[in-house]
Amino acid sequence: MAIESLKYASPDTETKIEAKVFPRPSQYTTGLVDWLTTIDHKKIGLMYGMAALFFLLVGGIEALLIRSQLWSHNMEVLTNREYNQMFTMHGTTMVFLVIMPLSAAFFNYLMPLQIGARDVAFPRMNALSLWCFVSGGIILNLSWFFTGGSPAIGWFGYAPLTDTRFAEVLGDMGPDFWIFSLQMLGLASLLASFNFITTIINMRAPGMTMMRMPVFTWMTLIVSFLIILAFPAITIALVELMFDRTYGTNFYDFLEGGKPHLWQHLFWIFGHPEVYILILPAMGIVSEVIPVFSRKPLFGYGLVIFSGAIIGFMGFAVWSHHMFTTGMGVVATSAFSILTMLIAIPTGVKIFNWIGTMWGGRIRFDTPMLFALGFITMFMIGGFTGIMHSSVPIDAQHQDSYFVVAHFHYVLIGGALFGLFCGFYFWLPKMTGRMLNEKLGKFVFTLMFIGFNLTFFPMHYLGMIGQPRRTHSYNEGHGFETWNQIATIGSFILGIGIAIGVYQFVSAFFNKRLKPAGKNPWDARTLEWTLSSPVKEYNFARNPIIKARDQAWENNYGPKENHSQKEPLDDHGVHMPDRSWYPLLTAVGLFVMVIGMLFHASIDASGELVRNYTVAVAGGVVSTIGIIMWSLEGPAGYHLFPKEKEE
Amino acid sequence: MSDAAAHALDHHEPVTSTGIPNKKVLMWAFLGSDCMFFGTLISTHLIYRKISATVGGNFLDIRDVFDIELTSFSTFILLASSLFMALAVSAIHKGNLNSTRWMLFGTIIFGAIFLACQVYEFTHFVYAPGNELTLSSYRGEPHVFGSTFYVLTGTHGTHVAIGVFWLIGWLVYSFTGKMSTADAMDVECCGLYWHFVDIVWIIIFPVVYLMEYAF
Repeated sequence: MAIESLKYASPDTETKIEAKVFPRPSQYTTGLVDWLTTIDHKKIGLMYGMAALFFLLVGGIEALLIRSQLWSHNMEVLTNREYNQMFTMHGTTMVFLVIMPLSAAFFNYLMPLQIGARDVAFPRMNALSLWCFVSGGIILNLSWFFTGGSPAIGWFGYAPLTDTRFAEVLGDMGPDFWIFSLQMLGLASLLASFNFITTIINMRAPGMTMMRMPVFTWMTLIVSFLIILAFPAITIALVELMFDRTYGTNFYDFLEGGKPHLWQHLFWIFGHPEVYILILPAMGIVSEVIPVFSRKPLFGYGLVIFSGAIIGFMGFAVWSHHMFTTGMGVVATSAFSILTMLIAIPTGVKIFNWIGTMWGGRIRFDTPMLFALGFITMFMIGGFTGIMHSSVPIDAQHQDSYFVVAHFHYVLIGGALFGLFCGFYFWLPKMTGRMLNEKLGKFVFTLMFIGFNLTFFPMHYLGMIGQPRRTHSYNEGHGFETWNQIATIGSFILGIGIAIGVYQFVSAFFNKRLKPAGKNPWDARTLEWTLSSPVKEYNFARNPIIKARDQAWENNYGPKENHSQKEPLDDHGVHMPDRSWYPLLTAVGLFVMVIGMLFHASIDASGELVRNYTVAVAGGVVSTIGIIMWSLEGPAGYHLFPKEKEE
Repeated sequence: MSDAAAHALDHHEPVTSTGIPNKKVLMWAFLGSDCMFFGTLISTHLIYRKISATVGGNFLDIRDVFDIELTSFSTFILLASSLFMALAVSAIHKGNLNSTRWMLFGTIIFGAIFLACQVYEFTHFVYAPGNELTLSSYRGEPHVFGSTFYVLTGTHGTHVAIGVFWLIGWLVYSFTGKMSTADAMDVECCGLYWHFVDIVWIIIFPVVYLMEYAF
């Protein structure tokens, strides 16, 4: 039926569809304008990834400064305030500007290829999401240059640290930059997630039923739902905080009736699903990689997906385990404790499924597989300490100690970052058309694995003997020095490993001496591996008709009836949408609006507070114009006539 | 209709896996997300509603401030606007442009009346003698009720205002001569949004206003 309706009623030889009102940049656009106006999900994914890798280096340098400060007792590498700024910026950068956008990069690039679509459902909205993310990153880091420098409130921004009256520096703007950049980044995530949900639900190729979708695509869907349901909580919490700071409301102002505790609840209602937003994409990547390098189908495909969904669902019911020491009462505390223990079950199911996949397989230890194995082992350590924290009395001991730092770095570096690096080593041949250097890849893995464990394993012990986290320095005589020095050495090894890895990823796009990858260098299983590397701009010359799960594998090794087919060619070619300036214009408008809001208030000569919204309104007008032009420019587009073998 | 235009329409409404148009799926996902926005705001209001009442020894009887007759009227107006919206969607599906215009116009006017009532209400609450419920205080004493009340109902008002501008966009577009049944799905999405904003008010009105008279 789908095949029938794709045939057009009458032949049309025009290759250019007329724009509704305004022309869009043409198909022949190249260079910078091409990148600024592109709506191709692959280019957007690459830009997401490259920006996130840049911020990874920025956040990494902040981490190394923190580690240098803790090298020995009473060090003065950073002042108190600089130290607070460093851990705030490190946390915020790594969560919102690195792990999330790196996941978004993979979602963007791979998900449409995995379901047999030519693009996401709303390509221009995808571009808007990218530019909002970039603006958010710029706004956060602009804070360094204005009153008070960058925020010194922790990535959690607990009230009353954010109260203007308690600011260390008069007129501190750091928290304002933090609020507005998180709003922009939230907008970027929401837009992307609406898009991904629509794409996965609606744009699957014929025959691509939900239970034939690759696990990575499933995780994209689950994470997108988590984002659209979790981000509103932080958005509203930040709106309330903005009102508190700017217009004197009393939401979190305990001197005037507000409750700082409410901030913690709202933050963690978002914050705990956020943990799964960070880890599920990496789990999706690993679920793709392990079957390929074990040469076996994923063990318990349905269970892996179902436990992912359960993790996502239960992720909304465990947020208060971040707040056991706030005195919520016995009933609430016990309930959240039990639910936290329960969430270990679906997580454990996944780990056993990965082990089951490898069991009896012919395992190849290429770099992606090494990172996948690193992911499983390191994530398990982080998971075990997580289960320890679900016990309330133990949690009370660990609260705000280095043990917690060890725990979540095992989850977020050993888990999420290893998973994402695994994804880079696995899919970069598809993205660049070139094989990465295996020896260098294994060297990077070795450095990262050793450096990571040297840095974070001692922190378990440091936490147990009492070193508090988020504390600028420690005195002599606690016995903290040795382990801190080991951790600092480890952190530099880890940093060098990551830097070489990033260099390797970026250079793969330019280094012409690398071996060509071909369509399917790993003998991999999912649909994207049936396409050429790098993937052509139209993805599929003809729409595929899916016959089985693991379609690329079935095409090579499966019975005849499982081979995918192609929809018949029609004489119209592939319809490609034109590029557009308006996503960028809309994002620039929003950026100006945020800057206008940040600087709208000033004190005049007579000491009166003056509010001037000119710039903010101008920004709002620009983005409104962007949206109006966007809706008027119409579908437009052009047609390509690819040959079958050019796919 | 030229071939090119027919072709463009083809691409406008591509075949989807579920048979539901992409824009509608997007709108439903957005509304699901928007539920959480309002859920957070309403929870904040409910949490603070009684707890804050004794700050400064100044018990707040918000009934002294509320003008329940006016709010009931504006609630009725907003609900009635949903009827116009539904009729506008029905009219554009049938290709009746004239009727669509009038129904859009009716929705806009009723939406605008609701907004005008809200502007009057806010001004009256803040400035009328004896009321003085501001963002941060009540009769000069620090208070949270004003914070949660204005931010919650203000966010809802912003939603209504965006809806009104969206509808005005459609009304203007209907005079360009380009509007046809092909736009019905887009108008329907606008309608989904409008009805959602109404439903949110159906929750806010009892929870924020009526409940003050019951509990």
